[in-house]
Amino acid sequence: MITVTDLRKVYRQGKKEVVALDGVTLSVPKGSVHGIIGHSGAGKSTLVRCLTLLDRPTSGSVSIDGTELSSVRDSEIRAARRRIGMVFQHANLMDSRTAAGNVAHPLELVRTPKEKIRTRVAELLKLVGLEGFENAYPSQLSGGQRQRVGIARALASDPEVLLCDEPTSALDPATTDEILDLIRDLTQRLQLTVLIITHEMNVVKRVCDSVSLLSRGRIIEHGALEDVAGELDSKLARALLPLPPSEPLHGALQRGPVLEILFSGDSAKEPVLTGVARHFDIDLNVLAGSVETLGGQQFGHLRVQLAEGADFDAVLRYLHERGISAKRVAADAAPADQGATS
Amino acid sequence: MNDIFSNPVLVRALPEAIVETLQMVGISAFFTVLVGLPLGVFLHVTAPGGLRPMPVTNRILSDVVVNITRSIPFAILMVALIPLARALTGTSLGPVAASVSLSIGTIPFFARLVESCLRDVHHGKIDAAQVMGSTNMQVISKVMLRESLPALVAATTTTVVTLVGYSAMAGLVGGGGLGKLAYNYGFQRFDVTVMIVTIVLIVVLVQVIQLVGERISRGLDHR
Repeated sequence: MITVTDLRKVYRQGKKEVVALDGVTLSVPKGSVHGIIGHSGAGKSTLVRCLTLLDRPTSGSVSIDGTELSSVRDSEIRAARRRIGMVFQHANLMDSRTAAGNVAHPLELVRTPKEKIRTRVAELLKLVGLEGFENAYPSQLSGGQRQRVGIARALASDPEVLLCDEPTSALDPATTDEILDLIRDLTQRLQLTVLIITHEMNVVKRVCDSVSLLSRGRIIEHGALEDVAGELDSKLARALLPLPPSEPLHGALQRGPVLEILFSGDSAKEPVLTGVARHFDIDLNVLAGSVETLGGQQFGHLRVQLAEGADFDAVLRYLHERGISAKRVAADAAPADQGATS
Repeated sequence: MNDIFSNPVLVRALPEAIVETLQMVGISAFFTVLVGLPLGVFLHVTAPGGLRPMPVTNRILSDVVVNITRSIPFAILMVALIPLARALTGTSLGPVAASVSLSIGTIPFFARLVESCLRDVHHGKIDAAQVMGSTNMQVISKVMLRESLPALVAATTTTVVTLVGYSAMAGLVGGGGLGKLAYNYGFQRFDVTVMIVTIVLIVVLVQVIQLVGERISRGLDHR
């Protein structure tokens, strides 16, 4: 379990003070994957550097299973760092070392006996699905394979926490899925605590149990995936269940009110729209929609246009009574801010 | 040209001159790497934003020592260092004495090359090494030096080639070697054969050094 409490980092740029992290608090339980999503400049990189102690936070604390990391003395900093394994965007492997040599690197630093290194390296390469690639140099490996070596290396010192900084941003979609599945699998098998920093919502959808939205050095929304996705007004929900821009359809319903509906869990299984149509005896058109399974639950986000003259308030009440969030939006508006990146 | 093998100068003095040149280049290359490599590493890690920033020391070493030494033309530096060579080796003549000024002339040059080789090591690799718990010495030895080894070998090759050129100049002020041979016999006595032979030998020497250096560098490069 990793706990970050009121982490602040202030940089000095000449005479100006730049607040990169403005009181970040989060905690990730053992065995779960937490995503931190944000635009570039939101403070993601600074957060990573503070968590790995490459930079000292100005104030606040980082602790793993109750042991404080951020205030350790310089002499203990290396032992503290070994409790966090880190996976980088570009793997950052040593070009002069083979796959096996790269995985052995952290073990060499603490003078592990040669024989033990050999068995541990073989074990780790097998764990990430790279048996038989021991002697390949990074230049001979594909991007996905390089990232697998990077993951094996991060796990070499038996860390409790795996910190992944944009682990798939340099990979193609298919490879991205493979790597994310591997991270998911390792989390369960090794009971790791995983933090994934990313700007891609797909990464969050695929592996994360919970998510935080970082903006200007603050976490402005956070929660379990199924909780944040169910909030119609949250930026995370709009990013998780994005609706493409749509124009009102021309035709019979042209001038009717437009509403956005978000249903989740059990209500997602109900025939909501036809229910509305039958109950109020009106026509409706779906302008845009997004349906996803997030955190094991089904979610649907729809933009719907009702027939002109429909009793909008009654429809809204009908939906709310069934535990479905809905609100009116401007008819011709392109959807508002899509929140974080979609 | 058939008098190459009967030319008395070549028969008598050439073998000795070759040995002297190789001695000068060998000794000064050894000391250049011995001192220049740590100096270059030191310059790199103590620079602002480096592994262990030491702004004042870095400033003094970089601006004062290295830049001043490098801005003095080698021919002048060599003459100016004759007293030092005498103090260190007991003589101001011969290849060993000449190696003193040769080394001092090329150490700052080599240190700068080393510095730029290390600067080319991707910063992500250093982050990775630090995050896995490396000490600064481990970062230097296992990442900086090892990852830039091909470039360091290439830099050494360049430096040794430069040394061959400098050694010919050192020959003029008492160092001996092929430079002296070419000057004394080829230039002052108008012995064209001696001139041509020494030039060819120096060109061949440089080619061999370059070729061997490139081979080694390429063999070490796994990128």
